[in-house]
Amino acid sequence: MLVLSGIAVVILGFALRFNPLLVVITAGLVTALAAGLDPVAAIAAIGKAFRDNRFIAIPWLVLPVIGLIERGGIRERARTLITRIRGATTGRVLIAYFTVRQITAALGLISLGGHVQMVRPLIAPMAEATAERDAPIDPDTRHHIRAHAAAADNVAVFFGEDVFIAIGSILLIRGVLEQHGIFVQPLQLAVWAIPTAIAAFLIHNARLLLLDRRLRARVGAEA
Amino acid sequence: MIGLEELYILVGMMFAVFALGHVFHRRDPARWRSAGFWGCYAAIFLAGSHLSDLAVGGLVLGMAMLAALCLKPGAPPPTTSADEREASANRLRNRLFIPALAIPAITLGVSLAMKDGMVAGFPLIDPKQVTLAGLAGGALVGLALAMWLIRPPAGAPAAEGRRLADAVGWAIVLPQMLAALGGVFAVAGVGEVVARIATDHMPMAIPLFAVIVYTVGMALFTIVMGNAFAAFPVMTAGIGLPIIVGQFGGDPVIMSAVGMLSGFCGTLLTPMAANYNIVPAAILELPDRNGVIKVQVPTALLLLAFNTALMALTVYPK
Repeated sequence: MLVLSGIAVVILGFALRFNPLLVVITAGLVTALAAGLDPVAAIAAIGKAFRDNRFIAIPWLVLPVIGLIERGGIRERARTLITRIRGATTGRVLIAYFTVRQITAALGLISLGGHVQMVRPLIAPMAEATAERDAPIDPDTRHHIRAHAAAADNVAVFFGEDVFIAIGSILLIRGVLEQHGIFVQPLQLAVWAIPTAIAAFLIHNARLLLLDRRLRARVGAEA
Repeated sequence: MIGLEELYILVGMMFAVFALGHVFHRRDPARWRSAGFWGCYAAIFLAGSHLSDLAVGGLVLGMAMLAALCLKPGAPPPTTSADEREASANRLRNRLFIPALAIPAITLGVSLAMKDGMVAGFPLIDPKQVTLAGLAGGALVGLALAMWLIRPPAGAPAAEGRRLADAVGWAIVLPQMLAALGGVFAVAGVGEVVARIATDHMPMAIPLFAVIVYTVGMALFTIVMGNAFAAFPVMTAGIGLPIIVGQFGGDPVIMSAVGMLSGFCGTLLTPMAANYNIVPAAILELPDRNGVIKVQVPTALLLLAFNTALMALTVYPK
């Protein structure tokens, strides 16, 4: 039971809005101590686990490129392009991105997109620009639209990638079932990801249409 | 051969350059704090494989301390004005998209064309790391293309990269820190304890209840651990296989496929899944670090209900 104290640290620390890095490392130390390690061994355990997970940071190598093309004006260009398209709205921009992202993820192409490469330089500026075409937007609305841009990326990938047979989660399921003597083909698992993929598409895009309606109501209220 | 170690050197050099940028930024009163933070991170990449576990742990502890002293002082000063960017956008027009599209194109090209890491019979890339190596290659080619197109001063990649890194701040390190916490949890056996509590206290004599406990449990466990991959083996071994499959004769394929997707609903709801929820909030410079999660709540709950209904209706033999 004592090893759960790390979870308590995480929940409390996040709820009280301490710095997340400090919360997580404290949780790691508390868990390691609760598991019977001495303090020096606890710090070493965290060091080892942190080093073993360095591969997670490799995608940050795109930072200089994205920074440079922002300097070159890519966000401004994205706004200009989208506002030229008649009928483009915040919701429709995000629905288009969601659709492309979910389909490509279902084909195993999950590297086509992402928050740093696509959402920040392209999708969020487009979604904001279409809303701004009708009326100036206040900071809260701007942040809400940006959050929706990030959410569209997440939902599309999560509920698209499992339709692809070679994705990590399918391989993990297969491995776990195999350990218990059940042998399944990846394709069987992928097929059962399709109903939820369709539900995610319908539910999330319906919400994006509602977002459009709320944004329009805001313009109506001000006019 | 290009493997993880070479990529770590590249990442380490990038963060070292960011740290040096802070050292030379004399007007910033917090420059030593920021330089120390990125410097420690750079050291873990450049020298991590040769340092002891304890030394790396010490560096990580130091980074957490520096971050708690408020590494992120607000929006970093812009390197260009809005007018300059507008003028540049009008000059370069759609060519600006070339470097952005080069990154995924090259990542894909490398991972499809060099699956085994061989180039003309010569082993160039570690076959296990082809995708990450492709991504790094894409970033380098994208950088060269952007330099060629935009023709900024030579120091611009470092300055612009640092501008973004400072905008994201400590959130850059959080996913790796959480993965490390997951590793410590695994060593301490946290998952097994949670699963035992769940199975001991849940009413599972009715097939429908077993499905609800499994799907909702996957989501809750994922919220706590930040990762459906951590929840799946524990919940499946604890509830799914013995009860849904073993006791009530459910289909293991449907159970595990839909169960994993129920876990993904939890991923949408938790700050522990920092890569998807906290990092983008920082990247998009949202004032509320939970802003992305709040937007995802309705979708996540509706999909969890859908998954539960789907499994309840299909998993058991008629």
